[in-house]
Amino acid sequence: MCGHDILRESAAIRSVVALSGQGAGIYDDLTVSENVVFAMRMSGLAVDPAQLRSVIDEVGLGAERDERARHLSAGMRRRIVLAQIRLRPLRLLLLDEPYTSFDDEGVAYVNGVIRSMRERGGSAVIVTHDADRVREVADRTLRLDSGLIDGAEPPGTDALPGRPPHLRLTSHA
Amino acid sequence: MPDVVWRRELGRVLAVARKDLAIERRSKATLNAVIFFAALTLLLFGFALGADTSAMRDAAAGVLWLTVLFSGVLVFNRSYQLELEAQSLESLLLYPGERRAIFLGKLLANLAIVFVVEVVTVPAAGILYQVPFWPHLIPLIGVLLLGSIGFVGLGTFYAAIASRVRSREVLLPLLLFPMLVPVLIAAVEATTAILAGDPMGNSGAWVRLLAAFDAIFLVAAFFAFEYVIGD
Repeated sequence: MCGHDILRESAAIRSVVALSGQGAGIYDDLTVSENVVFAMRMSGLAVDPAQLRSVIDEVGLGAERDERARHLSAGMRRRIVLAQIRLRPLRLLLLDEPYTSFDDEGVAYVNGVIRSMRERGGSAVIVTHDADRVREVADRTLRLDSGLIDGAEPPGTDALPGRPPHLRLTSHA
Repeated sequence: MPDVVWRRELGRVLAVARKDLAIERRSKATLNAVIFFAALTLLLFGFALGADTSAMRDAAAGVLWLTVLFSGVLVFNRSYQLELEAQSLESLLLYPGERRAIFLGKLLANLAIVFVVEVVTVPAAGILYQVPFWPHLIPLIGVLLLGSIGFVGLGTFYAAIASRVRSREVLLPLLLFPMLVPVLIAAVEATTAILAGDPMGNSGAWVRLLAAFDAIFLVAAFFAFEYVIGD
């Protein structure tokens, strides 16, 4: 994965992979800044106050910088996760329902983060019920139906403009 | 390990410790309850021993350590509970670097909280059990430090194991208390000897034993942590 042996080099893989689950993984009693700084320190990154301020502004939490996370809405808490992701040199994002709790502006920002990851040569694996929104950024979509993925396109046949954005998969026994 | 890696790992240890202590300072979810629980335990042991001053003095060291141990279990449970509440344990494990940094960070934070509990508990025990702690303060602090390091190290380790199961509050004492017997015996004997003025000069042997247990438990817990918290 990402050029590393998944069994022998798990530490190296962890340095380029981030997971954003349905639970935001944010500490209620830390402020927005502290939550982001914690993620930076745990990633072994030096904290640059100017960069920190800029990213927090960018995700739209500039006014809430020193607010404890418990006082923020679900959408704002997920923006903290986006700020943490933006500051790390990642190559693979694992996103579970990334559009949950976001308004249109938030959704556009999530897709912006995914696009920027792709432009840097990285990838994102997104699990979502929100097929319309993910279509804007997905190169390839698979449909999970009754617990089965089937009819998946072989590698190298990614969906192209004009093609159906995802295959209608039918289950097989 | 290169110097830069050491510094990065130390930064991660301190990040976890600072985070846990900042959360505790603001929420006071653990400290208030633990201090109240410790005071209550001291009182109840006092009632159980009766009005016999001599019996209370004789039991003071044991009661003090049992109170610290019982209170510590609440601290250890809370340590991982806050990760579960924030649904952040998976994210924490996905950060790069040694996962043992999480153990050491939580160990430091738990030690700090247990020391605060001891700062309240020791004088309270001195007053309630009419034991003159003050003349023996320096050696007593040494024993408290050594005893706490051993028991907090084991407690932080076993709390990580228990954090993955539903009945963790019950499981943690069941796992932890049998393992703590050597630390408890050495700490109580050393404290009793120090409080009695150490007439037989045997406190040193108990302190050395306590230090040996600390070293063994800490090293074992440090190396095993990766496997108990792993995927």
